[in-house]
Amino acid sequence: MTELQTPIAEREIDRSQMKVSDEIAIEINNMNKWYGTFHVLRDINLTVNRGERIVICGPSGSGKSTLIRCINALEEHQKGSIVVDGTLLSNDLKNIDKIRSEVGMVFQHFNLFPHLTILENCTLAPIWVRKIPKREAEETAMYFLEKVKIPEQALKYPGQLSGGQQQRVAIARSLCMRPRIMLFDEPTSALDPEMIKEVLDTMIQLAEEGMTMLCVTHEMGFARSVANRVIFMDQGQIVEQNEPEPFFTDPQNERTKLFLSQILGH
Amino acid sequence: MSDTHAHSVAFARDTMLPPAPPPPGETGAIRWIRENLFSSWSNGLLTIVSIYLIWSILSAILPWTLQGIWDAGSLGECRAIRDERGLSTAACWAVINERWLQILFGFYPTDNQLLASWFYSDELAAAGGLEAVFGPGSNSTARIEFIAAMKADIGNLVVFFFGYWRPLMALALLVVAVAPILYSSLPRKLLWFSLAYPFVAVFLLWGGTIWGPVSVAVGLVAAILVGRVVAAASGALLGMLAGIVAVLAIFLNPLPFADIGLFPLLPHVTGVLNAAMPIGLEAIPSDDFGGFMLAIIIGTSGIVLSLPLGIVLALGRQSSMPLIKWICVTFIEVIRGVPLIVWLFTASLLLNYFLPPGTNFDLLLRVIIMVTLFASAYLAEVVRGGLAALPKGQYEAADSLGLDYWKAMRLIVLPQALKISIPGIVNTFIGLFKDTTLVVFIGLRDPLGLTNAIRATAEWNGIYWELYIFVGLLFFVFCFFMSRYSMYLERKLQTDRR
Repeated sequence: MTELQTPIAEREIDRSQMKVSDEIAIEINNMNKWYGTFHVLRDINLTVNRGERIVICGPSGSGKSTLIRCINALEEHQKGSIVVDGTLLSNDLKNIDKIRSEVGMVFQHFNLFPHLTILENCTLAPIWVRKIPKREAEETAMYFLEKVKIPEQALKYPGQLSGGQQQRVAIARSLCMRPRIMLFDEPTSALDPEMIKEVLDTMIQLAEEGMTMLCVTHEMGFARSVANRVIFMDQGQIVEQNEPEPFFTDPQNERTKLFLSQILGH
Repeated sequence: MSDTHAHSVAFARDTMLPPAPPPPGETGAIRWIRENLFSSWSNGLLTIVSIYLIWSILSAILPWTLQGIWDAGSLGECRAIRDERGLSTAACWAVINERWLQILFGFYPTDNQLLASWFYSDELAAAGGLEAVFGPGSNSTARIEFIAAMKADIGNLVVFFFGYWRPLMALALLVVAVAPILYSSLPRKLLWFSLAYPFVAVFLLWGGTIWGPVSVAVGLVAAILVGRVVAAASGALLGMLAGIVAVLAIFLNPLPFADIGLFPLLPHVTGVLNAAMPIGLEAIPSDDFGGFMLAIIIGTSGIVLSLPLGIVLALGRQSSMPLIKWICVTFIEVIRGVPLIVWLFTASLLLNYFLPPGTNFDLLLRVIIMVTLFASAYLAEVVRGGLAALPKGQYEAADSLGLDYWKAMRLIVLPQALKISIPGIVNTFIGLFKDTTLVVFIGLRDPLGLTNAIRATAEWNGIYWELYIFVGLLFFVFCFFMSRYSMYLERKLQTDRR
């Protein structure tokens, strides 16, 4: 497990703002989901406090992406309840749109809008959902583009950017809505190795500012240095969850052990 | 002198060789011919065969076209001139020279008063003035003779520009109205004129009192305002409903309310306004419309109206609401599954059976509606292809940012889906435009129908090619423009590979 010792960031991670408060951000109770007759998520119970940084890992098909996609209703759950920021997720479209505008999401394949410039990608939702004046939305967008270190690309189109740059734009686009929770669905899986770092750096920066984050990722270095909780899922269930240190050094469940030995063993 | 330092390192160049000219025969025309026309024995053979084919086609067509006779009064005269000149073959373009106005405008009346008062003031004065010749009590035979003499005297070009100023103006303004829609570099304020254009065009083409189109326009604006106000107060759906109710209240005469005396609002308002301030042009009934003008009117209206309808149908077909979905599917399949000519016959013959007795609904309007519905069913499928080609991630990204359905469609999905569908959409438009010639079968005088009318005269009996070539060229110019424009648009919207 020597890889884990390699520092994920060249600098020391600033933990001063990383505080977990008592306030509950997301509460999932007995949530179940089926695709047709296939039971993808089984009795999920999960409480996320504000300021938590949670990494969800597990073999493919274990339901981890489906879980976080349920949180902003990209997938519908059939049983149980999800409460996000005090709003119960139901079929009411108003509630769904409210939750979606509070919860940012970053996708594996970036999903930038290819017909809009980077700046327009970032200002679209603030202007049309939040009704913020265009000029103000552009200022906010530039602020976040600077934060992800690509302000100079603002007037280009997504197709002209590298994968890493596109993913950073996608993060900036979500941040422009000033979300209180960020969901990351395998944000680095579609990237070349040298671009993974720039995206992780951006995510670390976000964590340092106290953002509540749920990340589905296989970047165990990130999990170890940034997360305060690691969740292992298999066959649609949460099998094990723990703080990163004991999770990696002393996994309890057999399947967790097997999974960790497979992804860290070479 | 050596350019290497063989004694010090293995090889290091210290002078650069100047670029040398390519060997002879490797540049210019010779190279191009060798590479493109004679790169192998079989290609060389094909080239020679193709050249022979092209030559034999052109040698048959070009003399006929270029030796064509432009000045003759009938096909007989044409043939006489041809024999006199000792030509074996010659086109008789004289028929175009004489009848091009008719092919363009059919039997749409010229503005004879304008022609007479501009070019024949002396003769008019001698005959007793405009009123005496053109007024309500004037002798119709004398009038017709006067107009015929006048037109024979001033020539087709003058008649074209002055006699047909109304359709010409409508066409010129159409270009102005369409330009800002087609080219985004033009000032956006011009779009207001594009919105007003339909009313201007109706007034110019059909004439009558100006208060008709004006009150329709004002009524529509009022209905939109009502919709907006209600929408702001109580949601988009109610707003839309309120707008529709307002349109119905303003424009239709719902039978149950007929005795209240409030309805119909519109003809009443128009009548009052016209009595107070009579401004208008000579009214021209749809029956007089014809020629290429008719094709442009039906084609343009069809294109403009069918695109939004097609988009709505495509979205409806993808809807998760089963009722809406099935209505759209049924509509598309039924309309698309039946030939256009059947729908046109339905419009001209059957529709009156289904409408309340006494309704007399303009045939041209019925045709435009049918053509629009027909094209919209095709467009719906083309647009659906574009919607399906969009990655699911785009929908998800729009959703995850909190955009509601309509905003996601308008801002994210449709701009991309329509861009993908441009070739298919323009293909449908070109088809629609050419299909307007089918209206000849229900008695409208489209350009092809007019060629029959021209052939039916004693002078031009037996002439085919020249007329069809002229009509074909007219259509080709418009269709070619549409095709080029679609390629320009595709290039312009290509943001992903720049």
